[in-house]
Amino acid sequence: MDYYNHFGITNSDIQIVIAEALSRGGDYCDIYFQHKISNSIGLEDKSVNRAYSNVDFGVGIRVLKGDQTGYSFTEEMTVKAMKSAAKTAANIAKDSRTIPPQQLKVHSGPDYYPVQTRWEDVSVDQKIPLLHLINEKVFAKDQRIIKSNIMFSDETSYIFLATSEGKIISDYQPMGSVYVTATAEQNGRREQNYANLAGRKGIEFLTAAAIDKLATDAVQKTVELFEAEKPRAGEMEVVLAAGSSGILLHEAIGHGMEADFNRKGTSIFADKMNKPVAEKFVSILDDGTNPGYRGSINVDDEGNDTEKTFLIKDGILRSYMHDRISARFYKVKPTGNGRRQSFRYAPLPRMRNTYMLPGPHKKEEIIRSVKNGLYAESFTNGQVFIGAGDFTFYVKFGYMIEDGKLTKPVKDVNIIGNGPEVLKNIIMVADDFIMDEGGWTCGKDGQGVPVSLGLPTVKVSRITVGGKS
Amino acid sequence: MTTEERIELAQWAIKQVLTNGANESAVSISNRRNIEIQYRDKKIERLKESVQNSLSLEIYADQRYSAHSTNDLRRLFLQNFFREAVSSTKYLNPDPFRALPEAKYYPQKADRDLKIYDPSFHIIQPADRLKLARQIEAAAMSQSDKIISATAGYSDVHYENVQIHSNGFVGISTGTMYAASAEVTVQDKNGGRPEDWCSASVRFHCDLPPADMIGKTAADRALRKIGQCKVESGKYDMIVENRSGSRLLSLFQTPMTARALQQKSSFLDGMLNKKIASPLLTVIDDPFLEKGLASRLFDSEGLAAEKKNMIENGILRHYYIDNYYGKKLGMEPNAGSPSNIRLRTGEKSREEMIGNLSRGILITGFIGGNSNTTTGDFSYGIVGLLIENGEIVKPVNEMNISGNAGDFWNRLVEIGNDPYTYAAAQTPSMLFEGVQFSGI
Repeated sequence: MDYYNHFGITNSDIQIVIAEALSRGGDYCDIYFQHKISNSIGLEDKSVNRAYSNVDFGVGIRVLKGDQTGYSFTEEMTVKAMKSAAKTAANIAKDSRTIPPQQLKVHSGPDYYPVQTRWEDVSVDQKIPLLHLINEKVFAKDQRIIKSNIMFSDETSYIFLATSEGKIISDYQPMGSVYVTATAEQNGRREQNYANLAGRKGIEFLTAAAIDKLATDAVQKTVELFEAEKPRAGEMEVVLAAGSSGILLHEAIGHGMEADFNRKGTSIFADKMNKPVAEKFVSILDDGTNPGYRGSINVDDEGNDTEKTFLIKDGILRSYMHDRISARFYKVKPTGNGRRQSFRYAPLPRMRNTYMLPGPHKKEEIIRSVKNGLYAESFTNGQVFIGAGDFTFYVKFGYMIEDGKLTKPVKDVNIIGNGPEVLKNIIMVADDFIMDEGGWTCGKDGQGVPVSLGLPTVKVSRITVGGKS
Repeated sequence: MTTEERIELAQWAIKQVLTNGANESAVSISNRRNIEIQYRDKKIERLKESVQNSLSLEIYADQRYSAHSTNDLRRLFLQNFFREAVSSTKYLNPDPFRALPEAKYYPQKADRDLKIYDPSFHIIQPADRLKLARQIEAAAMSQSDKIISATAGYSDVHYENVQIHSNGFVGISTGTMYAASAEVTVQDKNGGRPEDWCSASVRFHCDLPPADMIGKTAADRALRKIGQCKVESGKYDMIVENRSGSRLLSLFQTPMTARALQQKSSFLDGMLNKKIASPLLTVIDDPFLEKGLASRLFDSEGLAAEKKNMIENGILRHYYIDNYYGKKLGMEPNAGSPSNIRLRTGEKSREEMIGNLSRGILITGFIGGNSNTTTGDFSYGIVGLLIENGEIVKPVNEMNISGNAGDFWNRLVEIGNDPYTYAAAQTPSMLFEGVQFSGI
């Protein structure tokens, strides 16, 4: 792929824009070109009767002066428009100087998301039968199903980045996702739930087995709600099922470990570096290198190589997640966490795939150890107050645990805890790690980026569960 | 691009789409100019300026429907984009309910001035913006030496949207918005760093509250969280302060839509003209509110705006019916989404409500949680203040409230006189009896 040709630019254009961006004395600048094509089709009432598409094209120009950021973007790919945006971003600095032309050198990296067929080469008529197939399976699995909604989305993003340090980086970022919602009725009561599958993959990710699992999960997760009730309210032992419970890490620890909050002293983890924060069998990573996962990136949106970053290793806090600004502040190597939603935004430290390594315990042993608690199985969303450490995640479905056995099903309950407290209270970690392949999107400062998360079965000794008295 | 040029481009786009084989089409073209400043530690942390354009398009071709958008407005690109869009639409299944709204639902005249455009937008200087942000930060920092960080924010936006439908609708909306905010983090003895914020969004620059008030309010709110802890689980009376109330009203929002009804995922299905809340609750959807953040003469489908009492004395009077799902349900469309929301207010101030409470919790913010639109079950994380004998005694956090919307809204026993005017949902403070809290 010739990215210069794709965006209609030359090295000489880039050098002109860089010179303009640094003309007021900025320390650094980057120029981020993006061309994104998104498509979705939807099935409702047994008919594939809607299609959506978006084509987005633009260039963002960022100028840094110390820890200050000037940012502007243009949707016009002309040198004149880019120079004008560069001039606006340059205003973060107030000096005047002339920058000699930079030597530009292409930086290449690994490919963590090779695809067999690019999404641009897949037409609508190839996708439509897949939605009908899922829909038929949903209705065939349980007679209580009354509605099924399916949304199939794909995205292709071409990224080309030039920095004032002379780096040229390009990336092709694919994404596919399927979201299946089922509604069921039983004795006049209705329930609804969903299953989804997403990743940086081509259409080959929708295998026969994946289609069957989506339909089975959507139906199963819906009909099981009929038997479920709210649990009792209050503090209790909580066992988190392997997989999507990784939302615990994302909310309780992940956001607080993003270095911008620590640099400003606004994170509860700001004074905990290299200190023990959890049991020795607790190791948590943020990783951009997992092939095909939603949060994987070949290179971050500042041009830094992605990596496996140990946030906590053997119970000790080891690294924050850095962007360029925070890495300079802490005088460490960037960790490849500088991400942005699109060319319209400046990058920030963001998570990629956040997960915990397997531990020494067995799932059965963990459940057996609980006298009276909650087994939380599926989740929808969460939030955190970075400074206070309060975090929540919403449990869509789970079970009570009584005398070491799973008993009554429970649903629709929020869990709230304190990040550092919960880390200390992780007292058992099983050996059954599962990475979740759902379509998680993380929101921060008005920007959404795709992420993934995962966890082995984990026991937290004490946490507050919403419910009834 | 001028307004006339946008209209001309939209008309050209419709012609192109129809020539390619569509029967009907709707096109909207928008332009948005935006400046954002973040100010911290006595300097600009981030300065962002942008101008963006977009073109959105709906295609109706032989009862098939698709929608597309792009920010590339070059005609050469658009010609190809439209051709591919129409061509891919033909693969979809036909749907007899897919058509533009009938022309009778469009506004007959759209010349009412909703005061959503501030003509002084163009005279605001970079120095004015910076001064406001600097003053907000200084006001916040001056409140206490326990403050770790105060970030002031300022943004303004000017937008214009031109919308044209092939069956005759032409709508133009131009507006301005300004926002000023402060976020403050303070040091707690136990190692926690509680944070809080104050923010105001308005249509006219002159309506922004004083910088001092924004900075000090954010700082005071963060400072009063020092020492926060959870208290025993149980049933408490609950006052929800005005700026947080919209979270609770949102329990009704999705279930009130025609889509939720048609898809059988609304706990309000079959409840029209039935009691769904305390008689104290009257919810008014008011698109004509002057200077309102969600004021409009027509909605995104071109449907004429209409002021409605959605819930009247606790009785559900209307659903939000859009064009497509209205057709599917055989119901008249009436605008498919909320505009400005106002509640019929009561007599008492929040302070009087607190003074009258023997034991309860004042909710000052929500964190996370969710609701089940099909059953009405909900569970939200909260922060707030414990009240005993009419006095605030300590800050509380790390607790949840849970319930079912049907039961919960019948527990409303008092509505305050203090609607929050800096948001589209202008809820006043509200008192609910016997709400389930979980803590220790």
